[in-house]
Amino acid sequence: MSAYLSIEGVGITFNPRKSPTPALVGVDLKIAKGEFVSIIGHSGCGKSTLLNIVAGLLKPTLGGVFLERQLVDAPGPDRAVVFQNHSLLPWLTVYDNVRLAVNKVFGKTRGEAERHEWTLHNLNLVGMSHAIAKYPSEVSGGMKQRVGIARALAMEPKVLLMDEPFGALDALNRARLQDALMGIQTTLRNTVIMITHDVDEAVLLSDRIVMMTNGPAATIGEVLDIPLDRARKRLDLADDTTYAHCRGEVLRFLYARHRPADADAA
Amino acid sequence: MTSVPVDEPTNTSMSQTESPIAIAPSAASRLRERLFQVLPDIVLPVITLLVVLLVWHLIATNLGGGIPGIGETWERGVELLSDPFHSNGPNDMGIFWQVLYSLGRVMAGFTLAALVGVPVGFLMGSSAIFRKGWAPLIQILRPVSPLAWLPIGLLLFRAVDPSAIFVIFITSIWPIILNTSAGVVAIPNDYRNVAAVLRLNRIEMVRHILLPATLPHVLTGMRLSLGIAWMVIVAAEMLTGGIGIGFFVWDEWNNLNVSSIIVAIIIIGVVGIILDLGMNMIQRRFDHSQR
Repeated sequence: MSAYLSIEGVGITFNPRKSPTPALVGVDLKIAKGEFVSIIGHSGCGKSTLLNIVAGLLKPTLGGVFLERQLVDAPGPDRAVVFQNHSLLPWLTVYDNVRLAVNKVFGKTRGEAERHEWTLHNLNLVGMSHAIAKYPSEVSGGMKQRVGIARALAMEPKVLLMDEPFGALDALNRARLQDALMGIQTTLRNTVIMITHDVDEAVLLSDRIVMMTNGPAATIGEVLDIPLDRARKRLDLADDTTYAHCRGEVLRFLYARHRPADADAA
Repeated sequence: MTSVPVDEPTNTSMSQTESPIAIAPSAASRLRERLFQVLPDIVLPVITLLVVLLVWHLIATNLGGGIPGIGETWERGVELLSDPFHSNGPNDMGIFWQVLYSLGRVMAGFTLAALVGVPVGFLMGSSAIFRKGWAPLIQILRPVSPLAWLPIGLLLFRAVDPSAIFVIFITSIWPIILNTSAGVVAIPNDYRNVAAVLRLNRIEMVRHILLPATLPHVLTGMRLSLGIAWMVIVAAEMLTGGIGIGFFVWDEWNNLNVSSIIVAIIIIGVVGIILDLGMNMIQRRFDHSQR
């Protein structure tokens, strides 16, 4: 099988000269087009490092990442990133934050009016049309993250990379954004890699969950398929046996087999 | 009939005396409330002013020694400010022109410093090599009183005006360079990552990330510079002579017009405040972090 996105034998060692610390070792993962994959693991297991390698923001010391058989060696809009802390530019309005990305990606292929429409379309998709003239400091944390998602979607990426996109939000906001993301995902069918440490979020949103062992020298421990039909409803799944089973599998991996390093003391 | 209409509680005299808050505040009471809020902002400075004036008065009447009285100074101030625009040749010009000449030198030196300092600050912030090469020199030169450069300026330019401007240039450039480079260094890594994902080229990077992210720091540096420059120009003009508020002070000292000097001190202070307020307005307009 020739995968859409292929992570092959990726390893990374920080400080290779002074005090080499292997962060990731031998990570192999193949992701099909349109698949939603979550990466879950305890803090410090190198989840974000792995995402940054796929994004091209970090270079692996071993192995490589291939997207449509092309080696990934630099960041680019075909692998748009939704950053954990939204990373909106505070001097640009909500609209201009998305528009900057649209201009950069489609500046040569689409006309002025078309780019304007596309910017509005993506802001509408995340439910932010009402605040396009506001500055990031004037909207809530959840709204900032929505704009961050709109910016990433507007790049029409081949792979959408999300680094704990809802980690900084309160539970209610998080649920609303998860629902919004699921809605978008049913229509767009993006290929997504999402980092999370929230078990429910992983099961609810993913087609597959990649579970990482603890660092240093972390690697993929297990991969779990989530055989739930799409167009999932949060409430329907509450009593679903498959859902409960998947959830249990992830919990057992995280807390029975790969307890966090400092958990023994607690 | 004992039933009282529920939605008219303010009609009874009871509630009027017990809970005055429930009454819709009249215009007069609102004014009074507002007055009480701003009163400390006015009353306290006025008290301070009166104390200072009293001390001044005591010194002037008891110690003497040429310190002019309050009345004398006030008359001199009225005299100077009633005809600020007169111009009878270079040796007799109104206080407005004196201030304007000084401001002109400050602005010239400050603008030059900004033109040189901002790019140098950007270089220092973005290139470790440049920073390592230049930082020690700047660290040595920064604490030097800018007036020490005046002889060098006189030697270089053989004229007083460019020399004074040169001194202001030296004064202004250090805060601008240091704040600009600190601003570039402080750009969050997230913004760089955004730029990397968007594949911004060098020019786009400067325009969309570097300049707007650094602008608050640059403006802070400029505000500091301008404040110091206005202080230094008075001293520089005392040494160089010519037209200007600094030389005006020195000239009046030579004429033993101490009351004029006190008036000039107050004018210098007021102009300094106006300059700072101006920079503050610019900061509020352009600084995204103050929106």
